[in-house]
Amino acid sequence: MSAFSYREALNQAMTEEMDRDDRVFLMGEEVAEYDGAYKVSQGMLKRFGPRRVIDTPISEEGFAGIGIGAAMVGLRPIIEFMTFSFSLVAIDQIVNNAANVRYMSGGQFAVPIVFRGSSGMAGCLGATHSHRLEAWYAQIPGLTVVMPATPADAKGLLKTAIRSDDPVIFIEHEVLYHEKGDIPDGDHTVPFGKAEVRRPGKDVSLITYSRSLKPTLAAAEELAAQGVDAEVIDLRSIRPLDLDTLIQSVVKTHRAVIVEEDWPYCGLGAGISDRITREVFDELDAPILRVASADAPIPYNKQLEASMLPSVPRILAAVNDVVYR
Amino acid sequence: MASVQTEAKPIVDESKALGWLRQMMLIRRFEERAEMLYQKGNKIGGFFHQYSGQEPVAVGSIGVLREDDWVITAYRDHGHALALGMTARAGMAELLGKVTGCSRGKGGSMHFFDAEKGMMGGHAIVGSHIPLAAGFAFASKYRGEDRVALCYLGDGAINQGSVHEALNMAALWKLPVIYIVENNLYAMGTSLVRSSSHQDLTIRCATPYGIPGHRINGNDVELMAKTTLEAVDHARAGEGPSFIEAMTYRYKGHSISDPGKYRMRDELDSYIKKDPIVVYETLLKQRGWIDDDAIEAMHEEVKAEIEEAIEFAEKSENPPLEAVYEDITVAPFISQE
Ligand SMILES: Cc1ncc(C[n+]2csc(CCOP(=O)(O)OP(=O)(O)O)c2C)c(N)n1
Repeated sequence: MSAFSYREALNQAMTEEMDRDDRVFLMGEEVAEYDGAYKVSQGMLKRFGPRRVIDTPISEEGFAGIGIGAAMVGLRPIIEFMTFSFSLVAIDQIVNNAANVRYMSGGQFAVPIVFRGSSGMAGCLGATHSHRLEAWYAQIPGLTVVMPATPADAKGLLKTAIRSDDPVIFIEHEVLYHEKGDIPDGDHTVPFGKAEVRRPGKDVSLITYSRSLKPTLAAAEELAAQGVDAEVIDLRSIRPLDLDTLIQSVVKTHRAVIVEEDWPYCGLGAGISDRITREVFDELDAPILRVASADAPIPYNKQLEASMLPSVPRILAAVNDVVYR
Repeated sequence: MASVQTEAKPIVDESKALGWLRQMMLIRRFEERAEMLYQKGNKIGGFFHQYSGQEPVAVGSIGVLREDDWVITAYRDHGHALALGMTARAGMAELLGKVTGCSRGKGGSMHFFDAEKGMMGGHAIVGSHIPLAAGFAFASKYRGEDRVALCYLGDGAINQGSVHEALNMAALWKLPVIYIVENNLYAMGTSLVRSSSHQDLTIRCATPYGIPGHRINGNDVELMAKTTLEAVDHARAGEGPSFIEAMTYRYKGHSISDPGKYRMRDELDSYIKKDPIVVYETLLKQRGWIDDDAIEAMHEEVKAEIEEAIEFAEKSENPPLEAVYEDITVAPFISQE
C-alpha cells in the first residue's frame, strides 16, 4: 500500500495498461504535449510517444467516432473528454454508435472503448462547465458507467474499464483529482457492479458515489455523535448497479437516503429509489429521500453555487426526516 | 520601438480613432486589474481567459457596426463586451459574481451578456455559439431587416462540425452573418499546425462555401474596421456571409492557470514589441491627432474608470440565495424536486 493522488492513480492505471497491451492508446484534447488539461496524462507522451498518446483538434464528435471505429476493428481506445460537459458534442456517437453497435450487429462487433474525463461542480465555472451527466449515460443500455470516489477505486476501476470489452463511461470528479489515498500495490483492479460499504451502521443507509462520499461520511460522523448509526455505501458502479448490497443494507436499516450531485428530476437517485422500493417495500419504515443538487443550472456566484450542492446540513436534514426526529 | 503598419490614409475621423484607442486601453487595463484581483484577493472565481494582445480585432470590427446589430463570441469575451460599450462596472461586477454584473452574477468571466448592447453572450462550449450567429442573421432576413450578426471564434473552434454546418447554411441561404476567426495560432496548448489540416483557415472555411474570405492582420485596428465594413455592406446588401481571418496573438496563457510554456519566449517578445496599442498611439501621433501628454491623460482616465468599476463591484451585493431558482423559465418556475 502506498498513498497516491486520484490523478496519479488514473495515470498509473493507463500507464500500466498501455505497458501490458499495445492495442490500448489515449486520445483527446491536450492529452499529449500539454500533459492533459488536468495533468492526468502527465508524462505519458514521453513514455509512449505520439503513436499512442494523441492530441486531437477540438472535434469531440469526430474523435469519439474515430475511437469507436478503431475499437470495432480491434483497438482499445481511451478517449479523454476534457470535461464531460463537452461530451455532449459527441453524444450521438456514444449513444447511437458505441452503445448500440454490438446489439445491432447481433453481437458481431464489440466496442471496447473507455470515455473518461472530469465532471461536476469545480468552483465558479458556471452552467456550461459543471454538468453531471451520469443519469443520462446510465439510462443507455450498452454502456457501463463508473464513478470512483477514491484513488484506489480510480485506479482499480480504470484498469477494469480498459480491459472491458464494452464501452465504459468513466466519470472522474474535478475536485477529487488532488485527493490522496492508499492504493494496493501490484495489479490492482476493482470489478464493476460492486458497491463498497464505507461505514457500516444499522439505523439508516446513506447511498452515494463520487464527490458526495465525503460530505456523506462527514454527516455520518455527526449522526453517530447524535446517536444515529448510519451505514454509508459508495456505489462506485452506477451501471451495473449493485442492488444486492443496497437491499442487504436497507433490510438491516429500514431507511435510506440517496446523496447524489446530479439534478433531482429523473436523476440517478430516482431510478435507484424505484429499484429498492420495488424489491423491499415492506422493509421500509420511511420513504426513501434524496439529496441532490438544486433543480437549476449552476450559477457562477460562489454562495449560490455552494447552496445547491448536497452538503452535510442537507444530508442531516434528510436523515432526520426518515428517522422521524 | 513600435513601427507603424497600417496604411497612412485614415479610414476614420479623428474622434472615432481616439475612441478606438481609448477602448483598447480600457480593455487592456480592465484585464490587468482583474488579473490582480484574481490572484490577490481571491475575488474572482473559475476560469479567466485574457484578451490582451487581441484588442484591435474586437475594437476595429465592432467599431463599424450599427447599434442594432448583434455580436456573439466565445469565452474570451471581455474585450468584445467592452468594445460594444458595455460598462467596465457591469463587467467587473460580473467577475466578482455580483448581482449588478452583466449576467447578474450567474454567468462569470466566460458568460458576459448585455442584451441592450446587442452582446449576445460569451459562450464556453467551443463551437456551440457559431450556429447561433447564423440564427440571428436568419431572423434578420426573415423579418426583412438589414441587421447583421458578427461572430468571433478561435482557430481551434474551426475544427468543430458546428462551424461547417453553420457556414454551409449561411452561404446557402445568404444570411447576413460575418464570421471572424481570431487566429492567435493556439488553441490552449495546441498550435494551429498541430490541429488544422491546412494553416490558411480562409481556404478551409471561405473557399469551399463560395463566400468572400479575407485573411488580414487583425492587430491593425483600422484594417480590421475596413475589412469588416466591406463584409457588413455585403451582408446588408443581401449578399450573404463573409469570413475574416484576423491574424493576432494572445499575450497570456490560454487561461490564468496556464503559463503558456509551449510557446517560445522569442515569439511572445516579437509580438509584445509590436504591441497594437502602442502602434496605434504612434500612428495617431504621426497624424497629429494626439500627443504624448494627451496619451498619458487618456491612460490615467482609463485607470480611474477601472478603479471606479472595481469599487462599484466590491460594494455591490451578492445575488440572494433565491436567485438560484430565478430565470430558469419565463413562466413561474415549477420545481421538479
Ligand atoms: C466542446 C469543448 N471542447 C473543449 C473545450 C475546452 N477548451 C476551452 S477553450 C479551448 C481552446 C480553444 O481555442 P481557440 O478556439 O483557438 O480560442 P482561443 O482560446 O485561442 O481564443 C478548449 C480546448 C470546450 N470549452 N468546449
